[in-house]
Amino acid sequence: MSRGTLRQILLLTDGCSNTGEDPIAMAALAKEEGITINVIGVIEQGQMSEQGIQEVEGIAMAGGGVSQIVYTQQLSQTVQMVTRKGMTQTIQGVVSKELEGILGKETSMEDLEPEKRGQVTEVVDELGETMDLDILILVDTSASMKSKLPMVQEALTDLSVSLNARTGDNQFSVYSFPAKRKSIERRLNWTPKLETLTGVFDKLSSGGVTPTGPALQEALNAFRKRMKKKEQPIDEGIYLEEPGM
Amino acid sequence: MKEFISKNQVCKLHPGQQVIGKWHRKSYKIVKQLGYGATGTVYLAHGVDGAVALKVGAESMAISSEVNVLQQLSKVQGQHLGPSFIDVDDIITSEGTYPFYVMEYLEGEPLIPFWQKHRPEWLGILMVQLLSDLDRLHRIGWIFGDLKPENLIVTGPPYRIRWMDVGGTTMKGRAIKEYTEFFDRGYWGLGSRKAEPSYDLYSVAMIMINSRYPSRFDKKPSSAPYKQLQKAIVNDTILKKYQSTIEGALQGKFSEAMAMRKSLVSQVGSSDSRREYKVTRRTQAPTKQRKKKKKQPAKKSSAIFETFLVGSFLLLVYILYWFGQMM
Ligand SMILES: Nc1ncnc2c1ncn2[C@@H]1O[C@H](COP(=O)(O)OP(=O)(O)O)[C@@H](O)[C@H]1O
Repeated sequence: MSRGTLRQILLLTDGCSNTGEDPIAMAALAKEEGITINVIGVIEQGQMSEQGIQEVEGIAMAGGGVSQIVYTQQLSQTVQMVTRKGMTQTIQGVVSKELEGILGKETSMEDLEPEKRGQVTEVVDELGETMDLDILILVDTSASMKSKLPMVQEALTDLSVSLNARTGDNQFSVYSFPAKRKSIERRLNWTPKLETLTGVFDKLSSGGVTPTGPALQEALNAFRKRMKKKEQPIDEGIYLEEPGM
Repeated sequence: MKEFISKNQVCKLHPGQQVIGKWHRKSYKIVKQLGYGATGTVYLAHGVDGAVALKVGAESMAISSEVNVLQQLSKVQGQHLGPSFIDVDDIITSEGTYPFYVMEYLEGEPLIPFWQKHRPEWLGILMVQLLSDLDRLHRIGWIFGDLKPENLIVTGPPYRIRWMDVGGTTMKGRAIKEYTEFFDRGYWGLGSRKAEPSYDLYSVAMIMINSRYPSRFDKKPSSAPYKQLQKAIVNDTILKKYQSTIEGALQGKFSEAMAMRKSLVSQVGSSDSRREYKVTRRTQAPTKQRKKKKKQPAKKSSAIFETFLVGSFLLLVYILYWFGQMM
């Protein structure tokens, strides 16, 4: 029996978008459609520009997700942590809404006695373990990212090791941007096996532009298409059973 | 819902500050900061019954999840698994309300420095202790997860290994919640991240390797990970003594902690391993505590004995504590 599906876009980038739609606006749109956006800012050394940091955090905040700036060496662990945190956050949001429904508005986790919180936590944990997950990975492959791509690939393989240990089903797809003549290019179609990714970043069409906004918009389209195929109404992101309270 | 792990802002408490829980109205006086981690800051504090460790976080989910685990552990019979749980509450400060919990204060020495100071047999002995605890944890359906020296401490003398951070503890059968690459079999490509006993046992093997390679090492892209680890073992005289146990754990050959423990016990103390095994068994009868306590831990065997003694003693304190709570 399925408990519904969590939908995430995981954006891996190293800097600022410089063309097309505002990525933060696109993230807000995604959130409205029940898709969470997590963002990882990848840097090799030194620091990311203030503007870059703001964009990374801004996209995640608007997209209802989690963000983290990280050095390439720590990428693997960060990718899995951000994904997991993003899932928990989404589930928690839904469970909180349910709580309000049961206990009246203005009831958040903090208003519950600490003893009761444990039960909510257990429900959230359990859903995180058992819900299905659709995750679209969007990789910035602009020129400056080139040297980081082997680590990105390793981190994604590692992510599948983490997620495949869950009870729920996982489906991954991978897109990169910028691409020739369009915003994003599909590197891997929906599959439960992210390991098949090996080598897909080898042939790259990298350029100077970073169209993060248009890329997010296309990613959203790809998601919509998938949801239509599965004949699931877009706005019913998650179905929950009664949280065992 | 505006939570970023990049800016983990936690509530700061200062020495001398009085913390009074919003729900249970218990009061604690902050002595000093002990450390901080991903989910919060830990302080040494004074409660009505003496020294305690108090952990303040920013996120109620993370705190309440750790409390869940501590409460589960409290139900296990025998030597306490992890710090005993004391209280959970909220603190109201001028910046806002923060969740906190209170646990037993564990005083001791970090694992790696301890091993560097003591004779090499302490490597095996502490791991034998750890495996007994893991066995009891696994029996109640939990897997430790993020097992590494930073989450362990050696209390005493008499020396006893104890767990500190239970944040990664995961229900058996689920996906491991939290891990550290060096100790994670998934990172080394030697197994899944499913929570099962062999996951923890892999980490125990890596802790043993870490004891001889304190600065750790990365996975080499050039060689097969298992070969790399095997080399690290045979190149070290002390690890070599435990080679079959460590390799067995790395390959997932032990399906339960007791099997690995048995293999390790037979290798601790090259001269007279059988006697040591007997000593360990005998201490499980809690009657002879007093007499032995005065003995100097000059001989290896009595040191082991004391190690187990502290276990029984802590259990006693714990029982007394709960009696106190009930009245
Ligand atoms: N019960 C305790 N007794 C003594 N010190 C503790 C205790 N719990 C935690 N600490 C100290 O606080 C530090 C951080 O706590 P930890 O629980 O590991 O944080 P996190 O889970 O957020 O990483 C530890 O490394 C240790 O030094």
